[in-house]
Amino acid sequence: MHIIVLIKQVPEMDKVLFDSEKGRIDRKSAGVEVNPFDLNALETAVAIKEQTGAEISVLSMGPNRAEEALKEAVARGADNAYLLSDQKFAGADTIATSASLAAAVETIGAYDLIIAGEMSVDGDTAQVGPQTAEFLNINHAAYVSELISLNESEITIKTSLWQANYSKSFSYPLLITVTKDINTPRLPSFKAKLKARKAEVKNLTLADIKEKLKIDKVGFKGSPTWVDNIVVPAEISRKTKVFSEEEKESAYHKIKEILIEKNLMED
Amino acid sequence: MAAKKELLILAEYSQNKIHPVVFELLNKGQKLAEKADLNLSVLLLLPKKIDFSELIAHGADKVYYMEDPVFANPDEFIYKENILSFLAKAQIEIVLTGATNFGRSLAPRIAAGLKTGLTADCTALDIDEAGNLIQIRPAFSENILAHIKSDSRPQMATIRYQEFKKGTADRSRQGEIIALETKIKDNPNLKDIKKLSDREINIAEADIIVAGGSGVKNGEDFKLLKELADLLGGQLAASRDVVDAGLIAKEYQVGYSGQRVKPKLYFAFGISGAPQHLAGMKEAETIVAVNTDPSAPIFNLADYGIVADLYQVIPELIEMLKN
Repeated sequence: MHIIVLIKQVPEMDKVLFDSEKGRIDRKSAGVEVNPFDLNALETAVAIKEQTGAEISVLSMGPNRAEEALKEAVARGADNAYLLSDQKFAGADTIATSASLAAAVETIGAYDLIIAGEMSVDGDTAQVGPQTAEFLNINHAAYVSELISLNESEITIKTSLWQANYSKSFSYPLLITVTKDINTPRLPSFKAKLKARKAEVKNLTLADIKEKLKIDKVGFKGSPTWVDNIVVPAEISRKTKVFSEEEKESAYHKIKEILIEKNLMED
Repeated sequence: MAAKKELLILAEYSQNKIHPVVFELLNKGQKLAEKADLNLSVLLLLPKKIDFSELIAHGADKVYYMEDPVFANPDEFIYKENILSFLAKAQIEIVLTGATNFGRSLAPRIAAGLKTGLTADCTALDIDEAGNLIQIRPAFSENILAHIKSDSRPQMATIRYQEFKKGTADRSRQGEIIALETKIKDNPNLKDIKKLSDREINIAEADIIVAGGSGVKNGEDFKLLKELADLLGGQLAASRDVVDAGLIAKEYQVGYSGQRVKPKLYFAFGISGAPQHLAGMKEAETIVAVNTDPSAPIFNLADYGIVADLYQVIPELIEMLKN
């Protein structure tokens, strides 16, 4: 069984500073990390590997420094690492990104399962997973919170759709996007980290995947959407009555008043 | 004269009803369609035909539907195949759909199938002078609003439930109802699909929400908030950081990448008030915030703030409410 895990390197969103004058984030203000949702995707793959002996390839599209994210994935249990990198990919929206990733997947070769995180913390769209499945013309399941069962020919997952929980069983190939609820990613051992430093990351450029591409242009030129304008939103605020710790009791009475006023008191 | 092009709302029919976000999109869609000189239409895929008059009363000029038992289950592959076969022939300028889990899973497939642009989770929409759709969404931890445009057609966007308001019904409106053929009925890769259970948590529609943030020290302590929520007949909720830290499940998350909520009363316990969170609850009628840090941004948005420890306040509130 061959599993491909999609990985994105993202800025550390809780540390990154925002330059409101320039209307963009100051990328130098914070480091980069593996998109946290992708660690759940990778952990899912590693758990399957432990059960079935599957082979794991990780694939990332990004600049050269994304090699670090791929090496971390190797430390966490991936067998092969592929970096899809070319200046021509710059400025890609989700369509151009998914089409490029799908072409890279087909260039890597035969696969059974593709696993991605629910979304990236810097883009927040949750679109790249389902769109990659569409470009590959395979089924996908999004919001996967549990792997119910898996064997050589079939996989059963739990997903949340239509305000309900569903189980779905698929034959391969399949792409799934996983939520944080699916597992808790384990930390790599020191030894694994050391070994991963020397891991080989295979480079893929536009020329390598071109034959498999389903769009005419990549990067910004191959992106149907663009940012036309950036606006710094007006700060939202209300008139606030603040109670100090000593005034707690009066705050509680106020809350009681509100509950009665809004007719929210239970009988 | 050529027929007017259309703004299409891709409707979710789930739990035996039209998802309420569809009526919010009809209200917004009416204004956009008028500005861009488009007809407003709805596309529904459902197992059994229903009365569509509510859709027309809320602004639809046309209701397209596909009726087939295969639509009794949320199978994105079958849905997208049939929707793509319809869109290939239709004159659609704009497609809007609710950013429910199913909508966020299905819409990207349709956009990729058409190689057209799709903007996720728009918080506002408008039409520019040339008649193009302006798709507005927060970016970079909600520090900015990006105005996005597409140079392909249809222009597509998803919008969260409770982002826009539902309009009033006009029962004198006339509309056309058009049956479409379900062309693809088989998905050979899907071996089985079953509903396991209904989701019990429905924070989007709760009147009272008791939410906890990073001030809550561990998962176990959410029980304290739950006790207060139960006592008030409200729902427990959380901010993104505690969800990401694994303290509580994603379905409890309020915020830009979680649920939009508009309760009558919102309690924010130990929530600092990151833009991400405020985006989801800023329209609550009354907000009560409890935080030990008097400079927490949540106090700018709250109607009432208590600068105190939630671990003291919650038991005392419970005590008072019991009496």
